[in-house]
Amino acid sequence: MNEKLLQVKNISVDFGSGRKKVRAVNDVSFDIYRGETFGLVGESGSGKTTIGRAIIRIHPVSAGEIFFEDQRISGKITSQQDKELTRKIQMIFQDPMASLNERAKVDYIVSEGIWSDRSISPARRREMVAEALDEVGLLPEFASRFPHEFSGGQRQRIGIARALIMKPEFIIADEPISALDVSIRAQVLNLMSELQKKRGLTYLFISHDLSVMRFICDRIAVIHKGKLVELCETEKLFRHPLHPYTRALLSAVPQPDPDSEKNKVLTTYDPSMHDYSSDLPVWAELEDGHFVYGNQKELDSYREMLRY
Amino acid sequence: MGDVILSVKDLNLKFDLRGRVLHAIRGVSLDLYKGESLAIVGESGSGKSVFTKCFMGLNDLNGHIDSGEILYDGKDLAKITQEKDWLPIRGGEIAMVMQDPMTSLNPLKTIGAQIEEAILLHQKIDRHGAHAQMLSVLKDVGIDEPERRARQYPHEFSGGMRQRVVIAIAVACRPKILICDEPTTALDVTIQAQILSLIKELRDRLGLTCVYITHDLGVVANVADRIAVMYAGDIVEIGLCEEIFYDPRHPYTWALLSSLPQLGVRGQPLFSIKGTPPNLYTEIRGDAFAPRNPYALEIDFVERPPYFDVSPTHKARTWLLDPRAPKIDPPVNIRAIRAKGSANP
Repeated sequence: MNEKLLQVKNISVDFGSGRKKVRAVNDVSFDIYRGETFGLVGESGSGKTTIGRAIIRIHPVSAGEIFFEDQRISGKITSQQDKELTRKIQMIFQDPMASLNERAKVDYIVSEGIWSDRSISPARRREMVAEALDEVGLLPEFASRFPHEFSGGQRQRIGIARALIMKPEFIIADEPISALDVSIRAQVLNLMSELQKKRGLTYLFISHDLSVMRFICDRIAVIHKGKLVELCETEKLFRHPLHPYTRALLSAVPQPDPDSEKNKVLTTYDPSMHDYSSDLPVWAELEDGHFVYGNQKELDSYREMLRY
Repeated sequence: MGDVILSVKDLNLKFDLRGRVLHAIRGVSLDLYKGESLAIVGESGSGKSVFTKCFMGLNDLNGHIDSGEILYDGKDLAKITQEKDWLPIRGGEIAMVMQDPMTSLNPLKTIGAQIEEAILLHQKIDRHGAHAQMLSVLKDVGIDEPERRARQYPHEFSGGMRQRVVIAIAVACRPKILICDEPTTALDVTIQAQILSLIKELRDRLGLTCVYITHDLGVVANVADRIAVMYAGDIVEIGLCEEIFYDPRHPYTWALLSSLPQLGVRGQPLFSIKGTPPNLYTEIRGDAFAPRNPYALEIDFVERPPYFDVSPTHKARTWLLDPRAPKIDPPVNIRAIRAKGSANP
């Protein structure tokens, strides 16, 4: 559990240039250990998806470095490395209705990633598709059908099979269950944790919903406007949220309990509460594995909170 | 409980699909009380959306009400066949907030024009009056600088702000009933909480009656007075919010509650409902949930259960409540909500 699979070091991602430049991700660092599920939570526009896409090399980073298995994967890499990475890092997308090619059969959708590998014969390829489908709980016969013949949950399983066929080590799941019904959500979450146990997968789980993350993630990083504001082990984060933004997010999680819900006070986060004019904020580790972003005065008050 | 504002009696809705008949709503009766918030909860395909669309005549043309009545303000809405008879009701009396604010606004018109359009259609008022009313409605839904924002187009608004605009259009004509069809599914958790509290506030201020449609029981604990659980075109359990959460009786309600990640234990698989919803093309025999129900009794496969009253406000359609049925306790994690609820009343 202590081997660092992925290291993100001070990365920034910019879009546009000149006056139109937008910094979507600003000086973000974290490590993901092998075999864990790392959660990235934030509201829309916070840059959580951009980080996931920067790791899988869809967006180039404008500063900082990303290491995967101690090899630098940001910036220029050899085509050999690139091939290797495409196999090892895979992605599951949010909307299973939009992320599958409507005009291709499941067979092709699932096997597209291995198509370029000439050493795999067509017969072997079909075998691999059947294996991948079986692994996500679909029947091998489904290979000859089109995506529109499936329900939302089944489509998301196809999306997962498409990632699994590459035998990846690391999967970036970008809001994999946000578009699904509550009852189907449970099935997909169970499938993901089952695969993790069986294959020893490592997940980066991107979501805006903390209630789901509490259930599946080992550690959670909270991101706001392109900056990490807090990173901590899941249960600790729920018990001792320090940063005001984390507290606001936690207060918004709906609870299936009418009494506590009806008396709930919604905490809102106002970034102007921070006074960073003279005392500059830093990314500091307050206790073992618990990082918070704040200036010295805030950090002191957070330490005070931890004591209780 | 107040007066009944809308009453549905034994409603049957059928869709003709290429010669086959889909029985989408199977004999639903429901009374909606003035000023309450009712949440209709169910999986996709359970008929929760088409059911409420019946109140506004918004179903596709191949759908028809086979039998039953919808009584509103002395009229039977189920009898309306002419499109022009719907117009005063739709938007004026009963309004709807759709799920996805990205697709329910016209991208080519300014926000202000879209709200004014609704006001001019339903009220005898001139342009100036409509403009003033539009600005006050925008302020009502919590949009700052209404003058400037009204001249902007939908793409200049964020998702949460767009949903506020959609709500503004819906309440602009002071409807009596507001139907919110998954109002927050497309939104972030923080925005979701804001939108829900906005709807709640508007309901109190404008005296609306609200109907929420959702698949997420976690969301409705905050906003609903009563909850109706829908499965395969039928309300299987209905009761006060507290009764549904603390004392659910139907196995389907148990299953829906158990599959909430909030109640899951890390490291253990989350409860999920086995199988798929029934095929509504064929006539359903017995309890529609029986094939997926681990607690199903033999009679569940033979005869459709009637409603059993648990309390004057709470009833469920399951044979488990029959005095002759074996005593079955709800799953452990559901009893946990109850314990938590009674511990801090």
